[in-house]
Amino acid sequence: MEEKHVRTRAYQHSLSGSTLPPGETLLQVSDLSLRFGGVKALTDVNLTVESGTIHSIIGPNGAGKSSLLNCVSGLYKATAGQIMLHRQGKQGKSTENRRPADLEAKDLSRLPPHRVARLGVARSFQNIELFDQLSVLDNIMLGRHIHTKKDPFMAMLWFGPAKRQEIRQRELVEEVIHLLKLQEYRNQPVGALAYGIQKRVELGRALAMQPALLLLDEPMAGMNVEEKEDMARYILDIHELAGLTVVLIEHDMSVVMDISNRVTVLDFGKVIGDGTPTEVMENPKVIEAYLGAGE
Amino acid sequence: MVMAAVQTGRYHRSYKSELRLWNTTPQITRMIILAIVLVLIPLVFDNYWMALFNTALIASIGAIGLNILVGFTGQISLGQGGFLAVGAFTSAILTDRMGVPVFFSILGAVLLTAAVGMIFGLPALRLKGLYLAIATLASQMVIIFIVRRWEFLTEGQGFVDVMRLEVFGFSITRANFEQQWYMILLVITIIAAFIATNIFRTGVGRSFMAVRDQDIAASAIGVNLTRAKITAFGVSNGFVGLAGALMAHYTEIVSWERFTLDISIQYLAMIIVGGLGSVAGSIYGATFITLLPVLTRMAADELGGVAPALRQQLPAFEHAIFGLTIIVFLIFEPKGLNRIWERIKEYFRYWPFRY
Repeated sequence: MEEKHVRTRAYQHSLSGSTLPPGETLLQVSDLSLRFGGVKALTDVNLTVESGTIHSIIGPNGAGKSSLLNCVSGLYKATAGQIMLHRQGKQGKSTENRRPADLEAKDLSRLPPHRVARLGVARSFQNIELFDQLSVLDNIMLGRHIHTKKDPFMAMLWFGPAKRQEIRQRELVEEVIHLLKLQEYRNQPVGALAYGIQKRVELGRALAMQPALLLLDEPMAGMNVEEKEDMARYILDIHELAGLTVVLIEHDMSVVMDISNRVTVLDFGKVIGDGTPTEVMENPKVIEAYLGAGE
Repeated sequence: MVMAAVQTGRYHRSYKSELRLWNTTPQITRMIILAIVLVLIPLVFDNYWMALFNTALIASIGAIGLNILVGFTGQISLGQGGFLAVGAFTSAILTDRMGVPVFFSILGAVLLTAAVGMIFGLPALRLKGLYLAIATLASQMVIIFIVRRWEFLTEGQGFVDVMRLEVFGFSITRANFEQQWYMILLVITIIAAFIATNIFRTGVGRSFMAVRDQDIAASAIGVNLTRAKITAFGVSNGFVGLAGALMAHYTEIVSWERFTLDISIQYLAMIIVGGLGSVAGSIYGATFITLLPVLTRMAADELGGVAPALRQQLPAFEHAIFGLTIIVFLIFEPKGLNRIWERIKEYFRYWPFRY
């Protein structure tokens, strides 16, 4: 076996599923309201997420941050309003001579979660929701679900397409494992892993979907400073490597101010501030929500 | 030959090699030895034991089916007896009254049972856990009620006679009845186990397990819960239908008494004892539960001299042992015989070192 040239390794797969150029509107939430009986979880929320940014959503406890994320990912059905996900149409995938006509928008607010996922919206959960009995590898392989053929008869046969598909998916999954440094846990059941590692596996599972939009619900909750720094590094890595658009819910203000391009502040289900981190910091309404009214 | 028993580690140079079921020389050697033993069994045991093994093989297929649903997908089913009945009656009626060749009648039984399973699986879309168990209990009751009352099925005699098996021009002889059936059932069981294993090393099976472990997260990664659950009911009951059909042709008589709720419970016991979420465990459990009453009887006979009460109260004693076995497994090894076997293998893998 002679090798003409040395084979080097690099990430073969892009982890981003969006072909929108940076700066275009990726997600547009308009007049979104959510009620549980008499409780108004969200009232007329308007929000625009631009492609290629890290967009943080902050707010005090019970402000409706997670509700908003659940609406986007289809777990909650919004009472009113629209959630439009913009994506490039089937034609004109090349970035040259792309016209606005090639863009199409889908309303996510009426879709069940698995349809939203199929459109390229991936998420992590505030309380880790992994498949406990499965290994790290299987969990991340499950992230490939929307990209796999699920014909049971093909699976029963194994030899042929099913096996080839497994190997093809595995190649991408290994890149995710490498990116998030999960190699040493690959074959361990996730239920037995430490909290911080589980959070990372959940991030990996979402990444394996090659999402257009990544929603992270408090990825650093309950971590110490070093773990938070690590996690922030991973999020920035993903963002830089794949140009992935990230919507982030986070409580730690210093993290939010450091890594996000744009911040939206929610309080009592309403948007009370929106802008760059510095703008938001100086917004009197935001200061009031966080520190209480100065009298 | 030493290499056949000892291995140092498992090293893979490609994903392909990692995906193989048996990689190392010891694993392959073990499978070859197992194959030889299985083929030699008919030469050693008499008809009584062969009948037991045949029953165990059929039960294995049924248990694999139930395990796909309960152990892998997390949807509890108490309807096993009913679904076995669907398979058995379908195949029996197709061959006996409609003259369909056995191969196709069994295939028909598999497909029909899968379809019936998918229909009775519909409550699973809304119900979980105990509530689903009760809903599937209803399916058991409904199916057995239909089987008892619908005169078309048994033409009013209460049972269906099935002809001696004849497939592709080969017919079972009276003299070697058990031995020939053993070989047929062995091959079918191995194929069934293979198919089930294949399902769970691909995306379809993984999505079933995702539904079991965390259904909200499963839907958030794009698993269509409706489709996954209904597919699981279909695939699972395909196996159960196969077991039912084989039972019909093997016992050569089909009547509803063989498919009562007791059977459903017994199958649940098989997969608990064998190991929930394990294909191999289903086979261990099925064999264990099939042989348990026989072993109990043997023990009672042996101990009859010392404690005659055991022999006199044998039926009660059998029930007690059955219940005790399940409790012991639930407490000491909830992952069943499969886990015990895996631990033994791990031990010898590192032997003489501890780790």
